[in-house]
Amino acid sequence: MSLVIGSLQLGLIYSLIAMGIYISFKVLNIPDLTAEGSFTFGMAVMAVCVTGGHPLVGIFLSLLAGALAGLVTALLHTKLRIPAILSGILTMTGLYTINLMVMGGSSNLTLIGVTTIYDLAGGVLPFTFTIAKILISLVFAAIVIAVLVAFFKTNCGLCIRAIGDNEEMARSSSMSVDLYKTLGLIVSNALIGLCGGLIACDQGYADMTSGAGMLVIGLAAVIIGEAFIRRRTILAGLLSCVLGSIIYRLILAVAVSTRMFPAYAMKLLSAIIVAIALSIPAYKYYKENYQLKKRKKHA
Amino acid sequence: MLEIKDLQKSFQKDNGIESRVLKGLNLIIADGEFVTVLGNNGAGKSTLFNLISGTILPNEGTIYLDHEDITFMPEHKRSKFIGRVFQSPMKGTAPHLTVAENMALAYGRQNRKNFNWALTRPLKALFREKLAEAGMGLEDKLDSKICDLSGGQCQVVALIMCTIKPPKLLLLDEHTAALDPRTAEDVLAFTSKIIAKDHLSALMITHHLEDAIAFGDRLVMMDDGVVAHDFAGAEKAELTTEQLRTLYHLRES
Repeated sequence: MSLVIGSLQLGLIYSLIAMGIYISFKVLNIPDLTAEGSFTFGMAVMAVCVTGGHPLVGIFLSLLAGALAGLVTALLHTKLRIPAILSGILTMTGLYTINLMVMGGSSNLTLIGVTTIYDLAGGVLPFTFTIAKILISLVFAAIVIAVLVAFFKTNCGLCIRAIGDNEEMARSSSMSVDLYKTLGLIVSNALIGLCGGLIACDQGYADMTSGAGMLVIGLAAVIIGEAFIRRRTILAGLLSCVLGSIIYRLILAVAVSTRMFPAYAMKLLSAIIVAIALSIPAYKYYKENYQLKKRKKHA
Repeated sequence: MLEIKDLQKSFQKDNGIESRVLKGLNLIIADGEFVTVLGNNGAGKSTLFNLISGTILPNEGTIYLDHEDITFMPEHKRSKFIGRVFQSPMKGTAPHLTVAENMALAYGRQNRKNFNWALTRPLKALFREKLAEAGMGLEDKLDSKICDLSGGQCQVVALIMCTIKPPKLLLLDEHTAALDPRTAEDVLAFTSKIIAKDHLSALMITHHLEDAIAFGDRLVMMDDGVVAHDFAGAEKAELTTEQLRTLYHLRES
């Protein structure tokens, strides 16, 4: 039972990074690798705010930190015409130094004994701390989904979706492709930054290495969710991110609790899960071809 | 009015040789004039369209639209008042968005209010009305994805998207070449209906000699980077496909 509750709560927080990656990878169709940097950036900013006694300011600043990271990647990509993957890697690498600077040169910062957003709300809510934590995470996910669904129904959001679908059409319909790509990447990375911040509050420390593998984890959630929810509207997409994220946490929790794998095997497991999920279309293709060839042999 | 003066464009090939595609092209299209453009492959028709719509920039010469110099205006700015329908049905639309969403994107081209709702009830009603004019049953497909439509329906949607806010100039880049003959006829008939209704200035590239004669008020034949022949009025009405065919052969010999 604690396994399920733990996965539910972690899954809800990590759904933010899944949604961020959904926006860049699926909606905008840009493989943006900034995630690992913006995640840690949000985490570092949040840690500094919280230790300074401003847990609420931390939320806004971690959003802003992620947005800034997204802006840098977007400018590298659109204005300097650096391929998206490289732009993301450049930002991510640069952010490593920035993150260390934010955290005053130390590679980790503990939040034990200081008031985080969870302590703040948990003290007010009439529930046990575990339930309160789930509720707070749920509220964050719900607010983000509501805002994003509304955003993608505006002209601006629609333009972002169109650019991910057909860039040429976007240009010939008088959309500034650079502007909307930039906006999309800002929104995506802002979410990832917020996710980093909330994770810092949740686990009680900020660590420079926390960002490693985050991209794969987010992508895994997106892919798993897609397998369960087939409808491809924005709302369905975002909900599938949440669902995928929770299921992913559950799979990991079960895998670790069977004691077949040590806890440090998590990253390898994530990579394998994503690799398997991404190879499903190829598997289907080979299978179909194989069956067609077999038919010819019999004839 | 579109006014093109001494337009030149050359491309650098991989082996360093410069190929001159447009060699000082001059063309004036009056308001409300519908011009069909013929020319063999490599005559520079597509390059001309790319220069007018701003996907590439010319080496020499100027392009004026309604007396405004648009030679170096960025593509997304001039597409506010230049509509373009491409040969491939998938090129002018976002395939995974719905018909209504595509129309909303096109509707916003001249004055996009970024933070207003993209689709409202009155807008949908307007789109339905515009789609019904085509008589292809598209008014019931407002919420279907473009990729679920047939090629002909796609081109009609693309055409309506370009003309829903009447543009100053409509560029039709062999927009019926990928369609079956029957559908091509329907789409062409609808095209000329829209052009006539909104008094649009339009340029239409085609390789179909009968269409080039039957449609439009003027026929322009390009050859080797310039306008080689220009027929208007009675002169165009009396043209036969045989005469045009001779003009193509004349060049080869």
